[in-house]
Amino acid sequence: MRKLLLATAASAMIAAAPGAVADEVKIGILFGFTGPLESITPHMAASAELAMKEISDSGLLLDGATITPIRADSTCVDAAAATAAAERLITSDGVAAIVGADCSGASTAVANNVAVPNGILMMSPSSTSPALSTINDNGYFFRTAPSDARQGAVIADLLMDRGIGTVALTYTNNDYGRGLTEAFTTAFTAAGGSVVISAAHEDGRGDYSAEVGALAAAGAEHLVVFGYVDQGGRGIIQASLDVGAFDSFILADGMFGDSLIEAIGPELDGKVLGTVPGSEAEGADIFAALATAAGVNASSAFTGESYDAAALVALAMQAAGTTDSAAVRDNIMRVANGPGEPIMPGELAKGLQILKDGGEIDYVGATGVQLIEPGEAAGSYRVYEVVDGAFRTIEFR
Amino acid sequence: MENILNALVILANFIIVPGLAYGAQLALGALGVTMIYAVLRFSNFAHGDLMAFGAMLVILTTWAMQGWGVSFGPLPTALLALPFGIIGAIGLVLLSDRMVYRFYREKKSSPVTFVIASVGLMFIYNALTRFFIGTEDIRFEDGERFIIRAAEFRAMTGLAEPLALRTSQVITVVVAVAVVAAVFWFLQKTRTGKAMRAYSDNEDLALLSGIDPKRVVMITWMIAAALATIAGTLYGLDKSFRPFNFFLLLLPIFASAIVGGIGQPFGAIAGGFVVAFSEVSITYAYRRFLSHLLPEEWMPSGLVQLLSTDYKFAVSFVILVLVLLVRPNGIFKGREI
Repeated sequence: MRKLLLATAASAMIAAAPGAVADEVKIGILFGFTGPLESITPHMAASAELAMKEISDSGLLLDGATITPIRADSTCVDAAAATAAAERLITSDGVAAIVGADCSGASTAVANNVAVPNGILMMSPSSTSPALSTINDNGYFFRTAPSDARQGAVIADLLMDRGIGTVALTYTNNDYGRGLTEAFTTAFTAAGGSVVISAAHEDGRGDYSAEVGALAAAGAEHLVVFGYVDQGGRGIIQASLDVGAFDSFILADGMFGDSLIEAIGPELDGKVLGTVPGSEAEGADIFAALATAAGVNASSAFTGESYDAAALVALAMQAAGTTDSAAVRDNIMRVANGPGEPIMPGELAKGLQILKDGGEIDYVGATGVQLIEPGEAAGSYRVYEVVDGAFRTIEFR
Repeated sequence: MENILNALVILANFIIVPGLAYGAQLALGALGVTMIYAVLRFSNFAHGDLMAFGAMLVILTTWAMQGWGVSFGPLPTALLALPFGIIGAIGLVLLSDRMVYRFYREKKSSPVTFVIASVGLMFIYNALTRFFIGTEDIRFEDGERFIIRAAEFRAMTGLAEPLALRTSQVITVVVAVAVVAAVFWFLQKTRTGKAMRAYSDNEDLALLSGIDPKRVVMITWMIAAALATIAGTLYGLDKSFRPFNFFLLLLPIFASAIVGGIGQPFGAIAGGFVVAFSEVSITYAYRRFLSHLLPEEWMPSGLVQLLSTDYKFAVSFVILVLVLLVRPNGIFKGREI
């Protein structure tokens, strides 16, 4: 009996051991380090870790706690692998919150299967599917990226302002393409425009001349391409230019990339109008300087959003006075939006101090964060065109 | 009159020109498949990936040539690199024949065994190509891309509709005609060609009359590898090179060979164009074409498209099934399948 008691006491001590180190907060970083986004996720993770380091170095979080980032691989495309990785983060590593996942499909799977049932907060920097606005998340899922529903409306507005009322549309045959198409078509027809043909294209084919032929036959002069820059979207544009089917292209964020200009060349000049998430917030420049100093590539996609995601989680913990996700969840909107002292990248220590003293902050961050219900970025977009073989910003919307 | 010209230009731009180029590529591929079937008596599933392997060698040689500053003027450098690709592909098939098919030939295995062995080789070729050049999309076309540009054509003729003619499309058709003519001349006029036809028609009688089977098999493989490399390179020049696409190409190629009558070289050519034009014309939307011909009030509201372009690959399937049901020997009375 005495032995049993001893053993129980010993195991209780071991079990209690992690709790004893109260000044360490673990936060999971769940991105697709392998898979279709593997080229941009290292920069995203480095940006999130930059914010975490800034918080840890300040020594102000929850009476001197430090943040330990723990990376896990969402693979982007394999929902089962993403779920297993999140499961491991929560049950074995004991993270207090997760920054991630990156792709919309992975985020949906992790939120539904792991994070929400376990009551762990998720903050995705890059999932843009409109479907994530309506998942049953008990308020545990947030994103610093805007929903594509917003981008669809922005593009529709943009076209109306330019007097473009009739378009042909082609989209990549997946959640991203379909979601964006639905959002755009709804907004565009509501504003009086008409989409004469809306056809999906498969990525990874060698030849898109048949698709372009069908799109051109509908009789519109402008082609909206919701695809990927290194995939079918580029093939569609190339084939359209080759056969002289379209001379004007309207693109979304998936088509924003230098490889488009490299592949197609000067023929593209003056024929492109597009949008990509971005803001003229001064935070972007401050973040770029911070990141460059730390050896992180700030111009890569979604780096600012990743920094903001990590910073928001930590600031909300400070506001809640605990790392418990249920309490943190209720404080995210409070620190993200006004009223309060605006907090720029690099000023996280100031934000922590204000919250510690019982004040209010309005986190602006690298991307001018403004969260709307149900916990996603309101979204500001950069409108671009191609001039002299380079992307040029026209305006922000 | 101008309306009719505009309508014809649309047809030429979206159906005739792409259909001719695609048809020539399929015809060359189907010719290789059908020759293997005629002489060696099995369906070579590795043919698509043999095309990818040959085209890969051509691309690597092209890169090397570009590095040395060699160019072919307005024509793509890949045409100069073609012989090197063909030699490499011939080496690969002769090695496969020595190491795999010869074993089964000596055992007199059934055709199904050969087919399954060729599926295995397909995966090996497939992996080899990916190992050397990766899975990415590669464009290796250089020189002058267009013979007629869409905008130039509009300015030249004053028509509303554009017509574009790419260098690669013309090269494809010219090379295909030359290659097919050479193969037919070889089969009809040379001693070796006659020996191959004799072997194909009746193996036992051919052996009795002193034809060397080893030589016939070797030459068949060499021709098939050359045809595959040329077809693969032309397809890559015209569209783009991505290893997986050659695997997808296998279905239309087999459809072409079977439609024309498998084992019939002439049938393979005809089949290639039948399949290509069916694919292109069935998935094309004729609304704009009709808009030039019909008066306003007769215009249909839809796109006048028989099948969505998503079903492009289904067209080959349907043709294949129809031919097997209605005329199993194909147009030119090939062998029973």
